[in-house]
Amino acid sequence: MIAVELRKLVLRPRIWVNILLLCGLPLIVGIFLKTADFAPPPGQGGAFLSAVRGNGLLFPAAALALVLPVFLPLSVAVVAGDSIAGESVGGTLRYLLIRPVGRTRLLFAKIIALVAFVLLAIACVVVSSLVVGVILFGTGTSAAGGAAAGAATSLSGVSLTQGQLAARLLYSIGYIVVAMIGFGAIGLFLSTLTSSSLGAALGALSILITSAVLQTLDAATGVRPYLPTNYWLSWIDFFRDPIFWDSIDKGLLLQAGYVVVFFGAAWANLATKDITS
Amino acid sequence: MIVTRALTKRYGSVLAVDAVDLNVRDGDRYGFLGPNGSGKTTTVRMLLGLVFATSGEIELLGERMPRNAAEVLPRIGAMVEGPAAYPHLSGRRNLSLLDASGPGGSRRTRRARIEEALEQVGLAGIDRRPVKAYSLGMRQRLGLAAALLRKPRLLVLDEPTNGLDPKGIHEIRDLLIELNKAGTTVFLSSHLLSEVEHLCTRVGIVDRGRLVLEEELDTVRGATGLVEVRSPDAADVASMLNGQLVSRDGENLLIRHGDPAALNTTLVAAGLRIASITEQRRTLEQVVLEVTGAGSDRVDAP
Repeated sequence: MIAVELRKLVLRPRIWVNILLLCGLPLIVGIFLKTADFAPPPGQGGAFLSAVRGNGLLFPAAALALVLPVFLPLSVAVVAGDSIAGESVGGTLRYLLIRPVGRTRLLFAKIIALVAFVLLAIACVVVSSLVVGVILFGTGTSAAGGAAAGAATSLSGVSLTQGQLAARLLYSIGYIVVAMIGFGAIGLFLSTLTSSSLGAALGALSILITSAVLQTLDAATGVRPYLPTNYWLSWIDFFRDPIFWDSIDKGLLLQAGYVVVFFGAAWANLATKDITS
Repeated sequence: MIVTRALTKRYGSVLAVDAVDLNVRDGDRYGFLGPNGSGKTTTVRMLLGLVFATSGEIELLGERMPRNAAEVLPRIGAMVEGPAAYPHLSGRRNLSLLDASGPGGSRRTRRARIEEALEQVGLAGIDRRPVKAYSLGMRQRLGLAAALLRKPRLLVLDEPTNGLDPKGIHEIRDLLIELNKAGTTVFLSSHLLSEVEHLCTRVGIVDRGRLVLEEELDTVRGATGLVEVRSPDAADVASMLNGQLVSRDGENLLIRHGDPAALNTTLVAAGLRIASITEQRRTLEQVVLEVTGAGSDRVDAP
């Protein structure tokens, strides 16, 4: 069933359009950066953007910082929201269940497909932005400087070797994947509630927006550590030297909580639901 | 094949299916009839484990459902409320993905089984175009092919000829009869009486969630005790059989008589010309109208 879900994922034109759009944003930003002859001042604009002009190898990190707040969650919400609701509205859900595919098994396969999508999307963004970065800005004359990584690394001025940079980029990707799966879990749960993919995706997005709004609201300080988006940007701490683990750990723990709660809720709902579509 | 005992489904305060005791026997071509909203689809969905029963028991192929769904369902082919497929993929790819999704369909034989099923439903020459380009009738045939992929012992079909033209309907009917002869039990849910009348050997009729009749089709369509006679000498026939005449319309007469052959002899012996004489049988439609109320899609003013 997992293999079938993965095949369905890659056979969908929609998925590739989605990924193409994700890769498009960093490309556009890169071109603007290149054509403008001044760098954004450190601390302004997206993370890493000011450092990118010096070293194209940092561009994947900058690209991730660009797509993470809105674009990537948008894609994840669309795919997660479609996973059960899309089958339901198309009528294929009933044929899968009478094939028979166990409901738990189906949900598990959908989760794996969602994770695969997140990995695929991020891999495409990283690879495409690496290519774009190197072509537009070169690899820099010396190894990338930690200090060059904009305001995010103002704590440390130690420079990183290319190997270190690659390792930290991989850590970051891992962290972002976890964050997206935590968010995807919410979308998947909503997807089992409704038979409208759009409704589920919009529901997940409204949770994202609510969370982002509360994050900036001082009166909501009490709930801040539990907001799904709260630690999303903590992967930037991987680019400090030494790595600042505190909020990364908290972020991973929080996302694990979201994964357990919402996948659990999705399972509980789907396993007991009357399929009338 | 299919046995239910006091099968009941309640949605909130609405009793959709009320203590239904179905009994579909091995080798039956069973027609499951009822007005819209009478609980046909809910019953079918419960049989297949899509909807959970509020109470009652279901046995499919001698095993309990939905508990043993993983063993039972691979041996059943079903079409519930119209076919469904991924619109951006071709028909073959849809069948292949569906077959690969669950147990009971060996990968080695998959391609051959798909070709055979497509052949059976008349889609053997289908090309690679996506299902979204299919006509309604083609989708219906594809759905049927999906149900036939693993040579099921039991076919559960909901409106299988929906969207087909008369020739298509005839083909599918022949296919189902042929499969039935080869040992497949067919359970057909429909509100098309002619379809059931032409295809089925047994009928079950539901009305407002209750099974109001389950009987051999031949018994259901029993003689009414009347004989239809058409004669150029209708007036003479009428005067001769005065006491037995039920109605007369021009040359057509309706006569209360148990034996059309004997009646024919009597009339011919009296020198009356008979153009046609047949025993009147109840039509399925009459029976259905007798035992069921208005469908739930009719909403009268209070």
